[in-house]
Amino acid sequence: MLELIVISTLNGVLFGMLLFLLSSGLTVIFSMMGVLNFAHASFYMLGAFFGYQLTKWIGFWPALVLAPLLVGAVGMAVERYGLRNTHKHGHVAELLLTFGLAFAIEEIVSMIWGKSPVDYRVPAALDFPAFTIFSTNYPAYKIFMLAISVLIFVALLIALKRTRVGLIVQAALTHPHMVGHLGHNVGQVFMLVFGVGSALAGLAGVIAGPALVTQSDMAALLGPILFVVIVFGGLGSLPGAFIASLFIGLVQTFAVALNGSLASTFGPLDPSIGPSVLTDIWNVTIAQIAPVLPYVLLVVILIVRPMGLLGTRET
Amino acid sequence: MLKITRVIALALPMLGGAAYAQETIKIGYIDPLSGGGASVGEGGLKTFQYLADELNAKGGILGHKVEIIPLDNKTNPQESLIQAQKAIDAGAHYITQGNGSSVGAALADFVTKHNTRNPGKEVLYFNYAAVDPSMTNEKCSFWHFRWDANSDVKMEALTNYMKGNAAIKKVYLINQDYSFGQSVRTQARKMLGEKRPDIQVVGDELHPLLKVTDFSPYVAKIKASGADSVVTGNWGQDFALLLKAAADAGLKVNWYTYYAGGAGGPTAIKQTGLDHQVFQISEGIPNSDNPAAMEFEKAFRAKVGLSLWYPRAVNEMRMFKAAAEKANSIDPVKVAAALEDLKFDVLDGGSGVMRKDDHQFFQPIYISSFGTRSEKEPFDEENTGWGWRLAAKIDTPQTMLPTTCKMTRP
Repeated sequence: MLELIVISTLNGVLFGMLLFLLSSGLTVIFSMMGVLNFAHASFYMLGAFFGYQLTKWIGFWPALVLAPLLVGAVGMAVERYGLRNTHKHGHVAELLLTFGLAFAIEEIVSMIWGKSPVDYRVPAALDFPAFTIFSTNYPAYKIFMLAISVLIFVALLIALKRTRVGLIVQAALTHPHMVGHLGHNVGQVFMLVFGVGSALAGLAGVIAGPALVTQSDMAALLGPILFVVIVFGGLGSLPGAFIASLFIGLVQTFAVALNGSLASTFGPLDPSIGPSVLTDIWNVTIAQIAPVLPYVLLVVILIVRPMGLLGTRET
Repeated sequence: MLKITRVIALALPMLGGAAYAQETIKIGYIDPLSGGGASVGEGGLKTFQYLADELNAKGGILGHKVEIIPLDNKTNPQESLIQAQKAIDAGAHYITQGNGSSVGAALADFVTKHNTRNPGKEVLYFNYAAVDPSMTNEKCSFWHFRWDANSDVKMEALTNYMKGNAAIKKVYLINQDYSFGQSVRTQARKMLGEKRPDIQVVGDELHPLLKVTDFSPYVAKIKASGADSVVTGNWGQDFALLLKAAADAGLKVNWYTYYAGGAGGPTAIKQTGLDHQVFQISEGIPNSDNPAAMEFEKAFRAKVGLSLWYPRAVNEMRMFKAAAEKANSIDPVKVAAALEDLKFDVLDGGSGVMRKDDHQFFQPIYISSFGTRSEKEPFDEENTGWGWRLAAKIDTPQTMLPTTCKMTRP
C-alpha cells in the first residue's frame, strides 16, 4: 500500500508539473490579453513534433533547446500577424482566431507527420531506472522531466517578481495604457509574453513527447484538462495555476489507484433488484471515473468559488 | 462536379441490373484513420488495399475490379454511421470494419435497418476484428459476417492454455472500458474460475478506451497487487503504452493478451525485456510453419512495409471472392447466401467454416509468445530482432462454441 502511495504521489506530481508548464503560459497570456488561447495545447503538440524531428536530425539535447525556441517564434508570429490585427475587432474575433488555429495546426501536423504516433524515444543517456523503491523502478527520464519543470517554475517566478522585465510585464497586465505612456512598447511586451508562453508549451511538448505519445491528437487529449487547471486555479493567477496543476495531477493519479465503489463501501445491492442502471452505478469504481473527476471539480469550483482558487476577478 | 454526381445518382437506379456488369465492387473501409486508433486503422487499410490489388491483378472478382474506399470513423459509433452512409452513397454494397465492438454493433444495427428499408439495395457488413460475442449471439444479424474468432472463443483457448501453467497463482485483469473489454473481463473471471479455482484474481481494472497516455498509475497498481500474470484485451496504443509503462517500472509478469502484436506492441515488449513471457492469441502468426503463409508474409512485408497483422483480412477477401464465384453474382444477398456454411482453406493452413447459424467464421487458432528467434523463425517485428514463436495450436472443431443466435432471414 505504501508503495502504491509513494509511486502514485511521484506520478501525480510529475503529471501536475507537466500541466503547470502548459498552464503557466496559458494563464499569463489570458491575464494579459483577456483571451483564452485555444491553440495553446497545439503549441504543446508542435513542441513534441519539432522535438521529435530535431532529435532525429541533431540529437535530443540541441532539440531540447531549439524546439521550444522555434515554437516560441511561431507563437510570436501568431501574436504579431494574427492576434494584433484581430484585436481591434474584439475578444470574440481573437477567440475564433485561436480556435481556428488549433484545428489548422492539427491538420498541418497530421499532413506532415501522419496521423499515427511517431517513434519519439527517450534519449539513451536518460533511459535507465533512476532509483528503485519497493522493487518498482522509477525511470530517470521522469525525474528529468520533474527537474526541468521545477527549474522553469522557479525561473518564471524570479523573472516575473525580481526583474525589471517582470515588473513591466506585470504592470502591462493590469495597466497597459499607463505602461505605454511611460514609454514602453506594450505591443512588444505582449508579443514577447505570447512567445514565452508558447515556448513553455513547446518545452512541455518536447519533454512529454517521449514519455507520453507523440501524435496528431495529443493536443485534443490535453487541451480540455488545461482549461480545467486555469479555471480551477483562478484565471490569470500563476500560483493558482501551480496549485491547481498539482492538485489535478494528484487527484487523477490517486483516483486511478483506488478501488473503492459504492458496492465495496455499502455492500452489494439486493439481488432482487436485478441488473439495472442502479447496479451499474453501484459497481463503478473510483478508478473508472478518474478521467471525469477534473471536470466534476471544474463544475464544483465554478459553483462554489467562480473566481477560482486564487483568482481575483469573476469571469 | 456535384451536378454530375447527382445525375449519376439519379440515373443509376434506372439502369438497375444492367449497370452491374461493368461496375467496380466498392468496399467501404470504415475504421479509425485519426486519433488513438489511427495506427491500427492505417495498417488495416494498407492490408485491404494490398488484398484488393492482389485480387485485381488476377482479374478481380467475376471480372469486376475491387476498390477500397477509406473512411475515417475516429473509433466513434455515431461517426461510423455517417461514414457508412457515405460509403453507400458512393455505391458500396459491402462495408468492412474491425476496430471497436461498439462501432461494430452500431454498424450491424445500421446495416440491418438499411437493408429492411431498402430492399434491392442491400449492403453486407464484413467484420474482420470486432469480437464482442453478442454480435453473433443475441444481437446477430443476417447481414453481418465475422472472420475473427469472437472474444469468448479466444478466452476459452487462452484459459485452456493458462490452465496448464501451475506457476500462475495471481492474475490481474486490465481492459478497456467498453463492450469488448467488459466481455473479456467477465469471461476471464468465469473461465479461470471454472478451470483453475485456485487462481486468485487480484485486480480487475477498466480504463477509458484509447484516451490514456500514461499507464504508470495502472502499472503501479498491478505491481502493488503482487500479480504474476496479467490478462488483457487491450489493443492499439492502449497495449503499447501499457507495456511501455510496465517496462519503465520494471514490472516482471507474464502477459496473456489478445493483441500484443499491434503497432508499437512488439517495440514495447522488447523494452520490458520479457523474453517469451508475452503471449498472444490469433488466427495466424508470421513464423508459422506453413510455406504458403510465409510466402505471403514475405511479399506483403516487401510491398507494404508492415508485418501481416490481419491474416483474417486475407481470409475475408479471398472468401468473398469464393462466395461470389459460387453464387456467380456480386449481388450482396446472393453472396451472403453463398457464404453460409462455406468451407475455406485459411491462409495459415487448415480448414475453416462460416457457420450458417450465426455467421461466425471458425478456424484454427494459435497461441504464440514473443521473444528471441530460432533459425526456423525468419520474421521479426518492428525491427526488434524478436519474433513470434508458436506455443500452441487449437484446431477448428475445438473452437466451436454454441450460439444463442436466432437469425431472421430475408
